[in-house]
Amino acid sequence: MRSLGLDVLFKGKNFLRLLGGLWVAVRISLISVVISIALGLVMGMLMTGKNRVLKAVFRVYLEIVRIMPQMVLLFVVYFGTTRVFGWDLSPEASAIAVFSFWGTAEMGDLVRGALIGIPRIQYESAEALGMTTAQVYLQVILPQAVRRLIPLSINLITRMIKTTSLVMMIGMVEVLKVAQQIIEANRKASPNAAFGLFAVVLLMYFAICWPISRLASYLEKRWA
Amino acid sequence: MDNALLRIEHLHKAYGPHVVLEDLDLTVDRGEVVVVIGPSGCGKSTLLRCVNALEDIQGGRVLLDGESVSRQAKDVARLRQKIGMVFQSYDLFPHKTILENVLLAPMKVQKRPRAEAEAEAMELLDRVGLADRRDDYPRQLSGGQKQRVAIVRALIMHPEILLLDEITAALDPEMVHEVLQVVLGLAKSGSTMLIVTHEMAFARAIADRVVFLEGGHIVEESREPKAFFDKPATERARQFLRTFEY
Repeated sequence: MRSLGLDVLFKGKNFLRLLGGLWVAVRISLISVVISIALGLVMGMLMTGKNRVLKAVFRVYLEIVRIMPQMVLLFVVYFGTTRVFGWDLSPEASAIAVFSFWGTAEMGDLVRGALIGIPRIQYESAEALGMTTAQVYLQVILPQAVRRLIPLSINLITRMIKTTSLVMMIGMVEVLKVAQQIIEANRKASPNAAFGLFAVVLLMYFAICWPISRLASYLEKRWA
Repeated sequence: MDNALLRIEHLHKAYGPHVVLEDLDLTVDRGEVVVVIGPSGCGKSTLLRCVNALEDIQGGRVLLDGESVSRQAKDVARLRQKIGMVFQSYDLFPHKTILENVLLAPMKVQKRPRAEAEAEAMELLDRVGLADRRDDYPRQLSGGQKQRVAIVRALIMHPEILLLDEITAALDPEMVHEVLQVVLGLAKSGSTMLIVTHEMAFARAIADRVVFLEGGHIVEESREPKAFFDKPATERARQFLRTFEY
């Protein structure tokens, strides 16, 4: 069998550089997820509210996010808006903006689903016990909504981590780009490195996403 | 002396053009058990929901101890503490254990210390035969057991009046009895109750007064439940009671 090209992995600081790239990917996802959850909670509550104009706006927003490929959004924000509006967006800021724009829409819809999935009678029996509106939400509705939400939002995190591989297209050096650079630099000495390094990148994504996804299904079962 | 606890005066309730209750008057005295019967859609559940201000009303008023109960009132949450309600569907909080379900309102709403509330909760759960289920979750209980917990959850607030909205309608027949036994026990101990039910034998056994509601009006009212069920005065009530015979 030919060399798998794994020798390059431990040459110099290559492995550490890969881990650094992985951290970039995880950092973008984490920041975006936190923003998405916060804004998504607000959006989801507004979507279950009575304001029809707001609801229509959110529906259109959600459809746009679902239809547009994330890469096109990244290009629009990083290459497009920086020219048209003349602002100076770093690739990372653009990536977080796009990922939050996407994540907020998805979280908003998840929150909406979790809230409308809670039967009317839960609100009423809490009210009938003399609870104030704040107590009804804090003690009865939100704890149930969050239990339904956590597994779903964890899945959103793993999808975001996987999608961060796109940000190299706007010049960010994340794990996949680092691997590419290492492969390029060792093209002559170790031509098979493409296999070894990309395989390692794959394993790295797996090592991050698998525990997260296990946690999601554990919580789903526990709180079912 | 006026012994009325609950006074419903000229109550008018409509959903848009559809009138559900029209100019309805009803009084419930302290310690009295009033049973409301009538065909589906006659407005009896809506009546209970109006008493607890779960519905907006379009006219008239509901007075508990002379205080007006309405959705708009700032202190509606305080007044609701005096009104216990048990619904048709099992409405326990699924994310809390049986004991936590019972303790939630006394601790959060009435700010009672846990030890004292828990002691009472256990005493009440014991009375309905469910003390050993304190750490179970609602999904582990049968429908009849859940309804008994729902009654305990209402009782621990020491309500002045208890509203029971078809509490056995969603239960399997063999579970109806265990729930109604609990309610009969409450009636014997002097609780004031306003009950909506389809169980005619139960209504006959427990009622101090029967109210027959149809089309948003009280068609017949009787302080002699046995006489009412044997020989109602109005033709409408007679027809209604006949639908329960085979």
